[in-house]
Amino acid sequence: MDQMISSLTFSHYFLTGAVLFVLGMIGFITRRNMIVMFLCTEMMFQGVVVTLAAAAAMHGNVTGQTFIIFVLTIAAAEAALALGLVILLFRRRQTLDAGAWSELRG
Amino acid sequence: MSLFDPQIAAYIPWVSGLSAVVCGLLCLYPQFAKLAAGVCASAVGVGFVIALGIWGNVTHAGAAVNPEPLMRWIEVAGLEANYGVYLDGLTMIMLSVVTGIGMLVVIYAAGYMRGDPGYARFFAAVSIFIFAMTTVVMADNLVLLFLGWEGVGLASYLLIGHEYHRPAAVNAAKKAFIVNRIGDFGVLLGMFCIFDVFGTVRFEGFLPAASALLTGDVSGLVGEGLAAYEQATAVLAGGGEWLLLAAPFGLMVGAFGKSAQLPLFVWLPDAMEGPTPVSALIHAATMVTSGVYVIARTMPLFELSPYALPTVAVIAGATAILGASIALAQYDLKRVFAYSTVSQLGYMFMGVAALSSTAGVFHLVSHAFFKALLFLTAGSVMHALAGQLDIRKISGLRHKMPVTFVLMGIGCAALAGLPVLTAGFWSKDLVLATTFDRAIATEGGTAFIYLMVGIVGVVTAFVTGYYCFRVWFRVFFGEERYAMGDHPTHHDGHEGDHGHDDEHGHHANEPHEMDWGMNGPLVVLAIGSVFAGLLLGPTHAVEHLIDGTSAEANALRVGDDATKYEKWVHNLMYGVSAVVAFASLALAFVLHGPWRKVEGDDPVRLRAPKVFGALNSKLWIDEVYGAVVVYPVRVMGSVFYVVDAVIVDTVVRGLGVVPRLLGEGARPAQSGRLHGYGLGMALGVAAVVAATFYAMNRG
Repeated sequence: MDQMISSLTFSHYFLTGAVLFVLGMIGFITRRNMIVMFLCTEMMFQGVVVTLAAAAAMHGNVTGQTFIIFVLTIAAAEAALALGLVILLFRRRQTLDAGAWSELRG
Repeated sequence: MSLFDPQIAAYIPWVSGLSAVVCGLLCLYPQFAKLAAGVCASAVGVGFVIALGIWGNVTHAGAAVNPEPLMRWIEVAGLEANYGVYLDGLTMIMLSVVTGIGMLVVIYAAGYMRGDPGYARFFAAVSIFIFAMTTVVMADNLVLLFLGWEGVGLASYLLIGHEYHRPAAVNAAKKAFIVNRIGDFGVLLGMFCIFDVFGTVRFEGFLPAASALLTGDVSGLVGEGLAAYEQATAVLAGGGEWLLLAAPFGLMVGAFGKSAQLPLFVWLPDAMEGPTPVSALIHAATMVTSGVYVIARTMPLFELSPYALPTVAVIAGATAILGASIALAQYDLKRVFAYSTVSQLGYMFMGVAALSSTAGVFHLVSHAFFKALLFLTAGSVMHALAGQLDIRKISGLRHKMPVTFVLMGIGCAALAGLPVLTAGFWSKDLVLATTFDRAIATEGGTAFIYLMVGIVGVVTAFVTGYYCFRVWFRVFFGEERYAMGDHPTHHDGHEGDHGHDDEHGHHANEPHEMDWGMNGPLVVLAIGSVFAGLLLGPTHAVEHLIDGTSAEANALRVGDDATKYEKWVHNLMYGVSAVVAFASLALAFVLHGPWRKVEGDDPVRLRAPKVFGALNSKLWIDEVYGAVVVYPVRVMGSVFYVVDAVIVDTVVRGLGVVPRLLGEGARPAQSGRLHGYGLGMALGVAAVVAATFYAMNRG
């Protein structure tokens, strides 16, 4: 048991990434607050990033870690854009409920 | 002795073609529209001058002149149809008639159409007509002839429907076009048969070959003719004889359509909806005679088929008597002359059916003169009376219109064939005499057919004299009485055009004589109506032109079995014709002359109302056609409509429902809720991942 806990294997990293991703996904689907939903997408990002880092370490090259830098950059840009959109939407309806925006139905 | 090289004849149609373009452009510039008449007249005049200029060269050539084609047109798979001309005596007669009469009519029309809103358009269409008609008579192959044939049909359609705002004119134009389609189809079939047998559509090729097949004499054959002959003998040996029997019947149907013979004559009387100069030029003098020309041109082919010419004779006789009888009960001035044209065309076909292209073409020439004259004088009356054509409402006009009175009298005398001094006498006589000649020369059923047709011709001559003098007496003799018509275009135009002109000032209220610009051409036509007979009849001028060309029947060339009685028959015929003509004049004089008892109606109608009524209603032929042809076609159209609406539309609409249903099924997916999309995306990704995982771990 100690052995298992003390020695981290690659599976642990992958598992952490998957858990982060699935938690983010569940949050995105179940929560209605737009800011929370946005944060959930960020969490999914982190899940992916952890997986990338683990895979890079496993294969022994830095491509995955390089890619993380790009993902973080894009995530930062996307965060700025998405928060701006959220504010815009909030000003329109005075609510953060995503259900308020459902006119685009078929 | 000739001014021009015959090669120049190939340009005759193109001069008129150019005129058509210029007149068409003038339509766009109304201020210059008046020039159109001059352009058209000079183009036709140039054609006439060229025709006269090359006359000597062609007639002294001894054989048909067939120079190098002006342009190449179709050369494919053994079919050679180039823009070439074929000039012989027959062509020269036709060409001179078309351009000569055409020029006179155009000069007349320059005055007649004055004030018409479609002035330039009219002359553009006339130019197209002259272009096409000269192409018909000069073409050196059947395909080019067919091009002109369709062209005259088009021009006829355009000109009948000249006043396109009147439904009657539009319907008449459509009727003419549709009825002619039947004939044109026949021409096509005939052309196919000829090409199949002879391997060529050039006159230079298949006409000598057909003559050789007929006589068995191949010594004169060279070049194209020999090739066509060899191909024809091969085809005939291979069981292609029916093609040779069918070919003349195809051409015949075409000729009957264009030349208004039974059963396709119904369009011609309606064609009188067109302006009167058009009736004179196209529907009396030239276009309607192109059927006669085609049969005369391809005479050897008709001789090859033993049933072809007797069939033509029967149709011609029936049409002649039918047209004449309907004409005698019409009240409409132009309709009388229209049915008269139908009947006279019957005479021309009688002539060619009796193997005598000479007789047919001679009557064609004299008819062109006197019928154009009659139509144009009728036009003058119509013009003077603002469109009034009902002879019940016109009477005693001889003081108001003395020149027209004399001119129409000359035309009627020529049509009735008053002896010696009229063209109609000589030509009609030749037609009837040659028909009786044929009856003597042949045996059995054929002889009987020609005998009956000849007798019918004599009876028709009597009816003809009666109906034309009936009109003349009614219109010009008796108490002066007239009711103006309701024709708006002419005098409206005149008021605008000649408001300052005293002569025209009273136009709308009282009839007046035409000016000499319009009467001048009529005088020329009248001189032709009188002297063409004396000039061409006793001198045998037409015979000299036709003899030696392919239009001269081989039967007359080799066998002279008819000549024994020929002189006797001809002399007897002169006597009979003279008696018939004077008898008809006398009958018309008694019933309709200056001292007639019945005014404003026809004495025959009062005596025999049923017969007269039947003839007046044109024997209900239009109604019969309506019931037998038009009605079934309409019913068929309705059936097709229902099939289309019920079956075809249902299937097409049913197919249209499928994507709609698919859309309905997929529609709930677009709920508009963000979470729904998120869930869909997640499940999609899960499915892809699961599938990938499964696939990778399978084997």
